[in-house]
Amino acid sequence: MSYKSTLFGRTYTFSSIKEVLAKANELKSGDILAGVAAGSDLERIAAKDALSQMTLDTLRQNPVVPYEEDEVTRINQDSINEVVYDSIKSWTVAELREWILDCDTAERDMQRVSRGLTAEMIAAVTKLMSNLDLICASAKMRVRARCNTTIGMRGTLAARLQPNHTTDNIEGITASVMEGLSYGCGDALIGLNPVNDTVSSVSEVLKRLNDIKNRYEIPTQICVLGHITTQIEAVSKGAPADLIFQSVAGSEKGNRAFGFNGETVREALELLRRHGNSAGPDVMYFETGQGSELSSESHYGADQLTMEARCYGFAREFAPFMVNTVVGFIGPEYLYDSRQVMRAGLEDHFMGKLSGLPMGCDCCYTNHMMADQNDLENLSVLLASAGVNYIISIPASDDVMLNYQSNAFHDPSAIREALNLRPIREFEIWLEKMGIMENGRLTRYAGDPTFLLGKGA
Amino acid sequence: MIDSRLIEQIANAVLAELSPRAEVLSAAPYANASSGQAVRDITSEESRAEILIEAPCDPDALVRMKKRTNARIGVGRAGCRYNTQTLITLRADHAAARDAVMTDINQKVLDDLKLFTVESRCGSKNEFLTRPDLGRLLSDQSEIMIREKCAPNPDIQIFAADGLSSTAITANLPDLMPSLLIGLKNKNVSIGTPFFVRNGRVGIMEPVAEILGAKVTCVLIGERPGLATAESMSSYIAYDAKTGMDESKRTVVSNIHRRGIPAVEAGAYLADLLCKILRAKASGVDLRKEG
Repeated sequence: MSYKSTLFGRTYTFSSIKEVLAKANELKSGDILAGVAAGSDLERIAAKDALSQMTLDTLRQNPVVPYEEDEVTRINQDSINEVVYDSIKSWTVAELREWILDCDTAERDMQRVSRGLTAEMIAAVTKLMSNLDLICASAKMRVRARCNTTIGMRGTLAARLQPNHTTDNIEGITASVMEGLSYGCGDALIGLNPVNDTVSSVSEVLKRLNDIKNRYEIPTQICVLGHITTQIEAVSKGAPADLIFQSVAGSEKGNRAFGFNGETVREALELLRRHGNSAGPDVMYFETGQGSELSSESHYGADQLTMEARCYGFAREFAPFMVNTVVGFIGPEYLYDSRQVMRAGLEDHFMGKLSGLPMGCDCCYTNHMMADQNDLENLSVLLASAGVNYIISIPASDDVMLNYQSNAFHDPSAIREALNLRPIREFEIWLEKMGIMENGRLTRYAGDPTFLLGKGA
Repeated sequence: MIDSRLIEQIANAVLAELSPRAEVLSAAPYANASSGQAVRDITSEESRAEILIEAPCDPDALVRMKKRTNARIGVGRAGCRYNTQTLITLRADHAAARDAVMTDINQKVLDDLKLFTVESRCGSKNEFLTRPDLGRLLSDQSEIMIREKCAPNPDIQIFAADGLSSTAITANLPDLMPSLLIGLKNKNVSIGTPFFVRNGRVGIMEPVAEILGAKVTCVLIGERPGLATAESMSSYIAYDAKTGMDESKRTVVSNIHRRGIPAVEAGAYLADLLCKILRAKASGVDLRKEG
């Protein structure tokens, strides 16, 4: 079966759905590296045209990785609500796009239809959307999740406080936590990327973060983002984790390269249900990012956006509290410049939400990409206007451990003030009690990491 | 293990030889050689250690906190934004990192070390950044040049590549190469003809090793720059490097720069390590198994 589109009198033919999907992507260096990108701008648009006419059932019947071979495909396909699916399966992708953008389509309608959408359908409609389409459609949906606090309420922008340290020094980590709290960051999570992925080191950091949380009575979540198996062992031995984290890929083979599978996540969930430190019920944290499948040769000839959509199809099975794409981390061979990073950030956020996930974004870049801090600030404002649940925040934008740049501790409050957004309500009340925030604005004490020192219980 | 006394001896000998240049490279941030007057430099260590919050509740605690992390804390603010010094320091650090990636190597460094230059299959920096596969292959012309100019079948083949930071090579190679070569003297091993690869990735050591029939191959290459330093260099070493070999076969020495492993010390250390790998006939995880 072939797929065709005629533009300016010339007919473009595509030999498979996978090819249509790949060539319909906005230009990404990773798709060129994989050898699946459109050969010209017109071929790209022809692929979008062919894709727009494809029906949703065609996409359901043709996952980019076969059901028999791949757990991610099975989890995604088996989670589909067949009643919802039957009601939309004859829609074309063009019709799905227009339905999503229709003024009469409300958040509740989208939540219902979401249950009938596979990753390939979500990827397909994303490829037909402009950047502002992605923002408008995303702004219609908020996905809430509950752990110790509730994330994703309308009118809020939360921040993960990321206090990374080059040697996991406990006092050094604590210093960055105090700095971040003093700027009103940390309502989504206080979460460290450890250097030492050992049970003892991960446990030691968890204990300190838990002590800080208890001492100052902070309504938030804590997590140390070691490997999932390290965290499982740490919690089994009594370490106090609110959430368990894992990076996910869009194929079973990709997840195997990350050293886990669906069974590992189920084990983590079961463990937290019995020994977790948090109120719950949502206790998982996932990170994703376009291109990771190609980097582990587990992309099955599919484009990086479609593989990314499959990450979300996998993630939603486990009702996470937070999910974010680490959108500029992977390097210029996958996302070349700020234009590609910005597009990918908007795509990932939209796809995650349409999959029913409480989405955040690590708006970031490395120094070998054609991007700078201005681009990152742009993306975070775009996403905040699209209703992103949270962004990442670090001391003065410089992650000294991961060697990349993300949003600074300064940024969440700047964006909140510019767009009239607030922290998570429970956390805002705490900030007011501590004297760091008043009427949604930082007080004169904000930004001093020693201000809180005398205030703990 | 390495004989630390020997390393010290070599390092001292090399430093003595290099002293005029070493002085220039490590010029103190506030010293101005020509006028002798202090010069304001917001990227200096002193400036970075400054507390930029006007009246912190507990100044002593803040000093202690800053000492425990390299993270940029205690930076203060202008409303919800950075104060100007923090903003410009960040921009300076990023600019240094960008220049390290995009700027070509300083030709004088190569001339002084008598290194000739070959190229990977990447025709430009942009192609180098987007096509890591091509950065692991030598151009046809370069392959011919290496065959013509290099001694075949060496025990140890050393070469440099810009990788993601030409600044790292410019900053470290002038001190590291002499130190490394002095360290290998009298070791009774044959050393190949060194050269420089433009737009090269780590994996280009495989075709180099195959063309020259080298037993041990060592590439000195610029690391992806962070904001903390744009001058960090790494050395990747493999025994009997072959196209398609596992990444785990490489031994890595990273963090070679002024505030990490200084170049002279790194050269002495590498000399010892290369001989150890040659004797063990193993590198990477295989070397660790050897113990």
